[in-house]
Amino acid sequence: MRPTGPIVPVSGVSGNALVVVVAIMAFLACLTLGAVTMIRQSATSWQSEIAREVTIQIKPEEGLDMDKALARARSVVTTFAGVTGASVMGKGATARLLQPWLGSGIDIDELPVPRLVVVTIDERDPPDFQAMRAELNAQVPQARLDDHRAWVDRLTAMANTTVLIGLGVLGLVMTATVLTVIFATRSALSGNRHIVEVLHFVGAETRFVASQFQRHFFRIGLKGGLAGGVLAAGAFFAAGAWQNATMGAAGSAQTTALFGRIAIGPWGYLGIALVVAVVAAVTALTTRLTVMRTIRHIDRARADGNRAEPS
Amino acid sequence: MIHFENVGLRYGMGPEILRDLTFDVPDRSFQFLTGASGAGKTTLLKLLFMSLRPTRGLITMFDRDIAMVPSGDLPMLRRRIGIVFQDFRLLDHLTTFENVALPLRVRGRPESSYRRDVVELLEWVGLGDRVNALPPVLSGGEKQRAAIARALIDRPELLLADEPTGNVDPPMAKRLLSLFLELNRLGTAVVIATHDLSLMDQLEARRMILTHGRLEIHG
Ligand SMILES: Nc1ncnc2c1ncn2[C@@H]1O[C@H](COP(=O)(O)OP(=O)(O)OP(=O)(O)O)[C@@H](O)[C@H]1O
Ligand SMILES: [Mg+2]
Repeated sequence: MRPTGPIVPVSGVSGNALVVVVAIMAFLACLTLGAVTMIRQSATSWQSEIAREVTIQIKPEEGLDMDKALARARSVVTTFAGVTGASVMGKGATARLLQPWLGSGIDIDELPVPRLVVVTIDERDPPDFQAMRAELNAQVPQARLDDHRAWVDRLTAMANTTVLIGLGVLGLVMTATVLTVIFATRSALSGNRHIVEVLHFVGAETRFVASQFQRHFFRIGLKGGLAGGVLAAGAFFAAGAWQNATMGAAGSAQTTALFGRIAIGPWGYLGIALVVAVVAAVTALTTRLTVMRTIRHIDRARADGNRAEPS
Repeated sequence: MIHFENVGLRYGMGPEILRDLTFDVPDRSFQFLTGASGAGKTTLLKLLFMSLRPTRGLITMFDRDIAMVPSGDLPMLRRRIGIVFQDFRLLDHLTTFENVALPLRVRGRPESSYRRDVVELLEWVGLGDRVNALPPVLSGGEKQRAAIARALIDRPELLLADEPTGNVDPPMAKRLLSLFLELNRLGTAVVIATHDLSLMDQLEARRMILTHGRLEIHG
């Protein structure tokens, strides 16, 4: 005699179709989630890169010894806590910076161009810009401190908007995933009504029938969710590896500039695991509720078409 | 045990299939339910099984007004009833053994506790060598016997059987009838719906006859 088989039939065309649907939806949800994670990461890294530097600009003036003024400004700022370094931008670098406007082959010394001191700061513990500005004014009146505040603010706003849009898309995709999983589960279950009915008629309690189906469909949901999640994680991993391998090749710099590093990090992978869990849980819960509803329907059946009073 | 009072039933907006039924099914009784095809035998069994609610009237089962029974209590009441459906309702993915054992399994009994009983009953109904067969490969009569075995396996207080001998030859019908009688002797009330006169003639028993929606009781 064969070992006692499960009460819910193991496989079926509808079960296989459900695995595929769940896998596809989980894959899409995980891709979106990964993309949003990456956008969020690059947004914060743009911000911190910009915020890591401030510049001091010194305007040329009749009788000003530029080199002395630069050295002076540099030494002033380095006394502040929160400044990790300061360097005078050399003549060559300044010329390169101005090249788009002035063309090449210019002699910096002959032109009244402003010069820069690039100050790197500890972004977690930034110096007191107010005090720094006052001190600079006192010591080098021609110096102007630019802390890029306006830029950082605009970038932050843009990054926040991008992340919000990403979260919105993620919300939509997750909703679509949940709804699709619900409908697919229900349609996979619809072929099992006679089983629910027979079980109920031979004396099975609602809870028993529901948990039999739930166990089976949880497995289907988990299988599909895992397939989709692993595929998505693999895709991100492969893209990251490809980016590493082609680092420096033509074109890859653009991808990197646009998307940052293709890596979703531990939080991204955790998110994917969460999507898989949600998908499997939704499948199981839908199954439970659908079976319970089917049984309620069977119990309230009335020949004259009126619904019996819920009791 | 069961009491019907002025029970009426119609499907949808159609005519009343059952009209003003008032009767009792006493404890440990044995009766045939008969009537022409389409008279409403299956419908009446569904009322007795609480899988259909009456359009009007009062039904008391095991001393409870079934209109007042909460859904949660229905499984417990149904466990006291064994039913043989006219269309068998075996589960195609389970073997004969598993189908017959199903009522015990859903009651949470471990397989080791009922294995012998199930096999013994299957042998009695002549399915000893079909224990591992799946319903789609069983003959009509074999399915019928499996359905009967499933209804009997938990020694119900009430057995409802819809045309239980419709697909078997007379010797087997006789054998099944003696099984029902044996069960009745052990204390089960039995209602057998049939239009097989030769079956009913085999014993002196109460006859409930449905004609034009009304019930006549002889004996
Ligand atoms: N679900 C339903 N909806 C509408 N009408 C139905 C339904 N079930 C049965 N009927 C009708 O009710 C009447 C009684 O049907 P029922 O199945 O109870 O008859 P029966 O006595 O069991 O017949 P048979 O001996 O052929 O099995 C028939 O006219 C049938 O067409
Ligand atoms: Mg019938």
